[in-house]
Amino acid sequence: MSSFVFIASVTIYSSMAVLYATLGEIITERSGVLNLGVEGMMLVGALSGFTGAYLFKNLWMGLAMAVMAGGAMALIHAFFSISLRVNQVVSGLALTILGTGLTNFFGRPMLGKTALRFTSCKIPLLSKVPFVGKVFFSQNPLVYPAYLLVPLLSFYLYRTHTGLSLRAVGESPSASDTVGISVTRTRYISTVVGGAFAGFAGAYLSLGYIPGWKEGMTAGQGWIAIAMVIFAMWDPVRAVIGSLLFGFINALQFYFQISASAWIPAYILKMLPYLLTIAVLLAVSGWRNRWFNTPPPAALMLPYERES
Amino acid sequence: MEIQLKRRLQPLGVAKFLLPLGSILVALTLGGGLFIVSGVNPFFAYWEMMRGAFGTFYNFSEVIVRATPLIFCALSVAIAGKMQLWNIGAEGQLVVGGMAGMGTGLFIAPHLPPVIGITAMLVAGLLGGGMWGLISGVLRARWNVSEIISTLMLNYVAIIWMEHLYFGPWRDPAGRGFPGTAMLPDALRLPRFWGTRIHLGFFLSLLAAFFVWGVLKYTKWGYQINVIGESQKAARYAGFPIDRNILIIMFLSGALAGLSGISEIAGIHFRLQQGLAAGNGYVGIIVAWLASLDPLLSAVISILLGALMVGGDQLQIIMHIPSSIGLVLEGIILFCVIGGKVFQTYTLSFVREEHL
Repeated sequence: MSSFVFIASVTIYSSMAVLYATLGEIITERSGVLNLGVEGMMLVGALSGFTGAYLFKNLWMGLAMAVMAGGAMALIHAFFSISLRVNQVVSGLALTILGTGLTNFFGRPMLGKTALRFTSCKIPLLSKVPFVGKVFFSQNPLVYPAYLLVPLLSFYLYRTHTGLSLRAVGESPSASDTVGISVTRTRYISTVVGGAFAGFAGAYLSLGYIPGWKEGMTAGQGWIAIAMVIFAMWDPVRAVIGSLLFGFINALQFYFQISASAWIPAYILKMLPYLLTIAVLLAVSGWRNRWFNTPPPAALMLPYERES
Repeated sequence: MEIQLKRRLQPLGVAKFLLPLGSILVALTLGGGLFIVSGVNPFFAYWEMMRGAFGTFYNFSEVIVRATPLIFCALSVAIAGKMQLWNIGAEGQLVVGGMAGMGTGLFIAPHLPPVIGITAMLVAGLLGGGMWGLISGVLRARWNVSEIISTLMLNYVAIIWMEHLYFGPWRDPAGRGFPGTAMLPDALRLPRFWGTRIHLGFFLSLLAAFFVWGVLKYTKWGYQINVIGESQKAARYAGFPIDRNILIIMFLSGALAGLSGISEIAGIHFRLQQGLAAGNGYVGIIVAWLASLDPLLSAVISILLGALMVGGDQLQIIMHIPSSIGLVLEGIILFCVIGGKVFQTYTLSFVREEHL
């Protein structure tokens, strides 16, 4: 395999967890709820996914458990931030802390265990296409849903009635309430769905990317996803660009490891994804005034209180 | 069914003090569920935790030892929080402070008189952490980059950097491959007291708490910070320099966390090694919020959470329950307390959903 194909295919492979988590957070934030608990939800997803696959000896069961666990974690945030109107930053951070604690606690018996993993699964015909086949269609089965999800989510947000309601709730909850959209229900659903995505992203890590369970194995990818939402300016298609950038840095790391060329020290390479995330946010603030001007959802972080 | 919150017409009286107690009781009850899941009698477990933390003087001294870095980190989070800045990066600032202080301890301080050497290490720790915090301050003030994300990303960068140092260039040549720097000479260690591991760092942390409290409460600048935190608009009308204060606060916030790092090294570890980044920066966030960003209360709550963690360690030894139960309980307490605070301003009622 040429190194170009290698880097391209690892880029895709490494960007998926961040992409799923970013898409989920976009859904959540579009409804006006900021959930800083992505890292915690991903950890819980990763552990539940791995444990599920281990106990039931079935990958899909693991995946289902991860999705449900992520959603359940998000439900906590939804209750506190939507129903109790607690500051969303506080509640989200608390969720990450709780998720870290819970997974360290319950994950202990799972340390060092091996379970099933999703291995690469070539798509017939398409995987035969030169270059494209190897890069895009010889991945593990958890990668493929992303190809459909991104356009579907775009379509949903911009072209469907419920997608419009979702955005309306994030922009102007009181106007949405007046026309009969339930703000509370919409926000609950999108927060829980966002959590389910984060859970899926966690399972992507523990069942595919680095199979197994390790404490703190998400290594900040949940936070990177939150940054990527800002970079993507709350748009699913632009989220792909951010995630691929992250994946690309990871792929370079792999490539340098394998090719043992030491012109960039290993520790600098390890720092790069985190530095890149900061750089990406810098770039956004730089070009925000010049080229695009997509502001965050107007009601982001504002609890809704019906005036009576 | 829908939950409806109504603003209280009269502020809470005595109940205001019962509220946090009630919240913690709810949290401990929920935590009890975890013990039951692990097959342990929760009453017995809590009793053992209490005994582990307060049973003997030595155990209690270990609580103080655990609380010391927490106090610094909680102050770090609290002082930033006063200005509505969320410093999630105390962990990284602690690490950089530790690196700067240890670097001074390895290469400069041995050539100085011990008192000056130790002082130089502490100052280096303070400056190192401060600079690390300042990076996020500049990013926020100049380019409006969210300090939540930048401080957090810099945690990972700091930890990778530290690992590089003690695995690589700073590794003790006499350490037979042990990943860590050489030990500090006796003269450069912080003095310990009463035959326990309580060291000078604890008293420094209390000093820091009083310092932060006094500055915020009694100086003109502290007043500015409070106004900016309450309302940026008001601060702008008053002509307070917001950007400059973001820089100062993020530097101070980082400096406090940096002190935490060097005090841990010079008082406990005596070297740069794995375990310096033990999550104190994150637990500091919990402490600061439980204390409602109050510096003196932060010190008290640090000791309580220190007790929770020492108790958790005891459980691991006695009942083989993972000591991370401490962190889980802290997370649950945090949720219950922030949930409980809602009742200070609202009353809760369940109503059937009305349709317009």
